Parts: sequence; C-alpha cells; structure tokens
Amino acid sequence: MILGIDFPPITHVTRWPDIWFADTPFAINKTVLIFIASVVITLAFFFVAGRRHQLVPTGVQGLAESSIDFVRDSIILQTIGPEGMGYLPFLITMFFFVFFINIFEILPFIQFPGNARIAVPLFLALVVWFIFNIVGIANQGFFKYIKNSVVPPGVPAAILPLMVFIEFISTFIVRPFSLAIRLFANMLAGHLILVTFAILTAAIWGSAVYFKIGAAFPFALLIALTAFEILVSALQAFIFTILTGVYIGLSMHPEH
Amino acid sequence: MLDPVVLAAQGAGELQSGLTAIGRGIVYGGAAIGPGIGIGLVVGNAITAMARQPESAGTVRTTMFLGIAFTEALALFGFVLAFIISG
Repeated sequence: MILGIDFPPITHVTRWPDIWFADTPFAINKTVLIFIASVVITLAFFFVAGRRHQLVPTGVQGLAESSIDFVRDSIILQTIGPEGMGYLPFLITMFFFVFFINIFEILPFIQFPGNARIAVPLFLALVVWFIFNIVGIANQGFFKYIKNSVVPPGVPAAILPLMVFIEFISTFIVRPFSLAIRLFANMLAGHLILVTFAILTAAIWGSAVYFKIGAAFPFALLIALTAFEILVSALQAFIFTILTGVYIGLSMHPEH
Repeated sequence: MLDPVVLAAQGAGELQSGLTAIGRGIVYGGAAIGPGIGIGLVVGNAITAMARQPESAGTVRTTMFLGIAFTEALALFGFVLAFIISG
C-alpha cells in the first residue's frame, strides 16, 4: 500500500474541533488559542524588553532593539522615508504578531500555522486597507488622493477610461485581497507540504518490514522542509510588513 | 469500458471526483507557469545587479523580495482557486 496512500480531505488538517463554547460565534478551538497565544507573546516580548532599560542591552532587550533597527532601516526608510517613523510601533507589532502566528507551524505538538485559516490575514489586510486610504486622504485630500490613485500619469486620453477602471480595481480591491491571500496561501501550502511528508513517512513506516528503510527519505525531506518553513514564516511576516509600508508610502507620496 | 457514458452509469460520483481532481491540477499548474517564469526573471536580474554592484545588495534584496511577493500572488490565487473548485 505504498502507492495508494489516502490523503485526508483538506478540512481534516485545517479545521479543529471546538474546545470551549462550542456551536457559538465565540467558540474557541486550537486556531483561536494560537491567535490568543500570539497576542500574549507579542505583548510579553515587548513588555519584558522595555521593563528595565539598560545602557548596554542584553537578552530580550537586545533582540527587541535589533529588530526595531531592522524594521526602521530595511522597511520604513526603504518604503516610506524618514517621515514614516510614526508607523514604527504599528509595523513592528504587526511583524511580530504575524511571525508568532506563523512559527506555530513548526513547534512540536502544535504544528499548525494560525494563518492557514484566512481570518487573521483577512482582518489584518482590512486594517491595512483602512490605514493606507485614511493616510492618503489625510495627506492629499479626498479628490486628489482618488485622482492620484486611479489616473496613471502620461496616459493617452483614448485609453484613459480603461486605465482608470484597471487602476481602481488593482488599488482598492486587488491590493488588500492579494495581501491576505499571499500570507494565507503561503502558510497553508507550507502546512500541507509538511502534512504530506509526515503522512508519507508514517505510511511507509507502517508497511511491510523490508520497506521500512524507505521511510528515511521522506523523513529527511520532512526535516529539511521544517527548516525551510522557519525561513518562510519569517519571510512572510517581513513581506506582509514591507508591503504595508509600500502602500502607506504610496499614499503619502503619490507618483508624479 | 472506457466509454464516458458507461463510466458515468457505473459510478457518477467517481467520474466527477476524478474530473474535479484533474481540473484542480490544471488550475494550479496553469497558474504556476507565469509566476514561475516571472520569479525567475526577478531573481535573475537581482543577482545580476548584486554582482555588478555589491554595495547596493541590501537595497536590491529588499526590492527583489517585493517583486517576488507581487509576482507570487498570482500563483497563490491559483492555489486557492484549486481548493475552491469542488466536485
């Protein structure tokens, strides 16, 4: 039975039974617990880092300060510019929140990235959508912002209506949607790949005794992919944050 | 035996789930072609830029990840659509 492995339906690896408050809108399952844990971890991380200021940072404070340097230098200065420093707390919190939800993918016995359910990515994308629109309206005024967003410069008048339509769709609809889908689909794909190789390993291990040696290959790949998923978790958190910076930057300084 | 009508009479559910699986494969495979080429172009040109001007590697790397993120989104739409298709 090596060639005919039954892969479970996708709901079996992403949908978890309710633990408390079952069958109510406030039902709590494993995914919700991961979200809550991520909020608590993010809060605790910065609370511990900022509790005792040391001149020479060590431990958690050093990690927090170097991550702030990282977000400032490679996200805000690259995408918004020096006037975007006010967004540093927002961006760094979002980076760590997304990262902590993602990293549950490789923690033993939990092994589920909360972002493989679309709820949090969609909600964060909605938050980003509101923020970049409000920033644009506040900085440029409503009509100027809409005009700068949907009318690309230097387009012949003949195809202008088409371009306005395309730009409107791509700015106000595809942007938040792709932001959410990117995070969600990346984490779901990573989770499915890990599940696939885990099932493969288990199935081969459960086969006839002289086939057991074959389980070493999917198991080695499983370990390598787990290491790869650590990279993906951090990279997706980074990409989500930097795209937020790009959108805010585009709202602040329109292309001329 | 391979006549579709006979197959449908034997097990409509099996035929349908088989065709659904084929459709999912085509959707994701088709969606991955363009972004695959696109990501190759993005990364290849980024490497060229870094090799020519190593001092700008930091900026190029950030821009490369941005380019990858935008290109990759199309493949991920296909990935999600493949799951949305149901038999």
